[in-house]
Amino acid sequence: MSKSPLPGRPETVYYFPTCLVDLFYPEAGMAGIELLQRAGTNVVMPDRQSCCGQPARNCGYYEEARAVARTQLAAFPKDWPIVVPSGSCAGMMKKHYPELFAGQPELPKIQAFCDRVFELTWFLVHVMDIKLVDKGEPVKVTWHGSCHSMREMGVIEEPKDLLRSLANVTLVEAEYEKECCGFGGTFSVRLPEVSGAMVTDKVSNIVATGATEVVSGDMGCMMNISGAMKKAKAPVKGRHIAEFLLERIGKGDA
Amino acid sequence: MAQISHDFEHAAIKALGNKQLRTNFRRVMTGLINKRAALFPDPDELQALRARGAAIKDRALAKLPDLLVQLEQNLIANGFHVHWAESVDEGNKIILDILRKANARTIIKGKSMVSEEMHFNHFLEENGVQALESDLGEYIIQLAGEGPSHIVMPAIHKNKDEIGRLFQEKIAGQPYTEDPDELTDAARRVLRQLFANADCGFSGVNFAAADTGSLVLMSNEGNGRMSTHLPSMHIALMGVEKVIERLEDVAPLISLACRSATGQAITTYVNIISGPRRGNEKDGPKEVHLVLLDNGRTKIYNDPELRQGLRCIRCAACMNHCPVYTRIGGHAYQYTYPGPIGEILNPQMQGIEKAGDVLHASSLCGRCSEVCPVKIPLAELIVRLRREAIRPAGTAVKGGGSRNSSVENVVWFGWKTMYASPLLYRWGTWWLRKIGNLLPSGIPLLKQWTSVRSKPQFASRSIYDLARERGIRDE
Ligand code: SF4
Repeated sequence: MSKSPLPGRPETVYYFPTCLVDLFYPEAGMAGIELLQRAGTNVVMPDRQSCCGQPARNCGYYEEARAVARTQLAAFPKDWPIVVPSGSCAGMMKKHYPELFAGQPELPKIQAFCDRVFELTWFLVHVMDIKLVDKGEPVKVTWHGSCHSMREMGVIEEPKDLLRSLANVTLVEAEYEKECCGFGGTFSVRLPEVSGAMVTDKVSNIVATGATEVVSGDMGCMMNISGAMKKAKAPVKGRHIAEFLLERIGKGDA
Repeated sequence: MAQISHDFEHAAIKALGNKQLRTNFRRVMTGLINKRAALFPDPDELQALRARGAAIKDRALAKLPDLLVQLEQNLIANGFHVHWAESVDEGNKIILDILRKANARTIIKGKSMVSEEMHFNHFLEENGVQALESDLGEYIIQLAGEGPSHIVMPAIHKNKDEIGRLFQEKIAGQPYTEDPDELTDAARRVLRQLFANADCGFSGVNFAAADTGSLVLMSNEGNGRMSTHLPSMHIALMGVEKVIERLEDVAPLISLACRSATGQAITTYVNIISGPRRGNEKDGPKEVHLVLLDNGRTKIYNDPELRQGLRCIRCAACMNHCPVYTRIGGHAYQYTYPGPIGEILNPQMQGIEKAGDVLHASSLCGRCSEVCPVKIPLAELIVRLRREAIRPAGTAVKGGGSRNSSVENVVWFGWKTMYASPLLYRWGTWWLRKIGNLLPSGIPLLKQWTSVRSKPQFASRSIYDLARERGIRDE
């Protein structure tokens, strides 16, 4: 049974690539767009958007976060679903905007906006009912779910189901898979030692799986984990699940 | 970003460097996490129970002032003496007066986090009263001269061999051993003696039922029962938020607390204390006192959002599951309550100016909120208090606004200006892409980041440019 709140596959969706993807990983974002298109929908990416506002909100700077959130509210005027290749940014918009706008004149409109926000892998599975045909060589991968993806968006099995649906991909679970990687925004620079210990443990657990790749639905975590893997010269590659899936089904093959 | 005081950060770094401590905590916390999970096999039942637990506590909190009055009346009718303390100092003084009146020089204590909050042992010692801990964990840390590192298992930071050495040094005639049974026996011998001779017994309270005027106490060692029954006087101490409406509310809360805390279906002992020894009864204390402590709780109570924190039943699941606590242990948190619940309580009780550092001891991963048996949104409350730390809103939190920093205000003003304007965003990110990769790793923020990670590389093109090129519409 579908969990989709939508009547069917939408003809068009909005895309919110996130500021982190824009600055550091645009190809991961583009892969998400291509997956959506190949699953059968048009993608519109307004360029009047920027950031969900989470960094300021998490530090307690609500006014600043609200000002930035307003820009996003204005950037998606039509009632199309808004698909986000990050459970964390999606969680900010879906779960925290109502609280961010408590007592503000926009509040009545906010819920309708929140209802339109979806995490990419969840959307691909439950709304687009995407079917993947693996064209890649056999490979062993492990998964890192972001905290907000799991705990705010409830996205836990969807991305792993997508990985499991690929014939030549073996998915292995790392020890402490559901534990935070230690990034947590400014946490990583306010308490760098603790954050560093967390990501170091995360990397050891990933390496111990023997996987050659770790994939995630959030580039924030990936920036942290890949950065630590690179510094430790760990023999594991890290990337966004959209990029990985697209490569498996043949980029540009349609 | 230089807000973390050296106390907390240094303590955290020190703890991180202690390999044995880290291994201990990781092992024990993992064990507790697994045990808890095994006792909640059905996720629907877990959610239903959590909702019930939260509802019971919410119902009680909604009528808190009335329930406290009812509790007092029923306790008095049952023969208790009831005392109210607004502050730690007042609480300590009240108890000292009770002890002096009764000429009591030694007290034997069951576990009580509220007494830790009051630095009670230290206070009594200064006033010539000897307070001895009878909970094994508390006994160990008292011998070692330390505070608890966990709210349920206070000595969890200590290894068997450390305890062996400690006992050898402090207990007369005790040879070194690492055998847990022998160590427990050694402690038991000392404590039995004390139980028999102490002038007064002392305990905490897990729940106080307003309808029957009774106090409920959970314990695994039986020391709770002995310290409340053997001496001729018993003093119980509780925070005002511990009151619940009906005795029948206790059962689901106990089930939730035990399963969440230690992965037990129920503790070995559950005591329901309904007053002093009556007429022809042969045992039990002749005099029972209850001291109710506020210490900032009313202030927390007055804020509807922060009030949720008073639902806490002190099960410790939030710290057991916390990736930060697991790595640094409880002592690094500096004040009575460690882990996520401590991040909420300590700043409010001590004042943000003093204890606000711990508000940043969280990556906001949300695991605490996920496991809390009474559904306290711990991560949300941490963010709320971060807000209070810089810009106090509504009801005053002690030390609200004390962490406001003009440097950070400027940083966030700049951030907002750039990200709230699509034009400035495109322009600013264009520059970042141009020069970002030239920034040296030694500058603040990058320096911290690159201590264990490589420098992230800015992409050469914006996703918006790539998308236009590949025919993706923008409206
Ligand atoms: S906050 Fe929740 S999880 Fe933490 S000790 Fe209290 S009841 Fe337990």
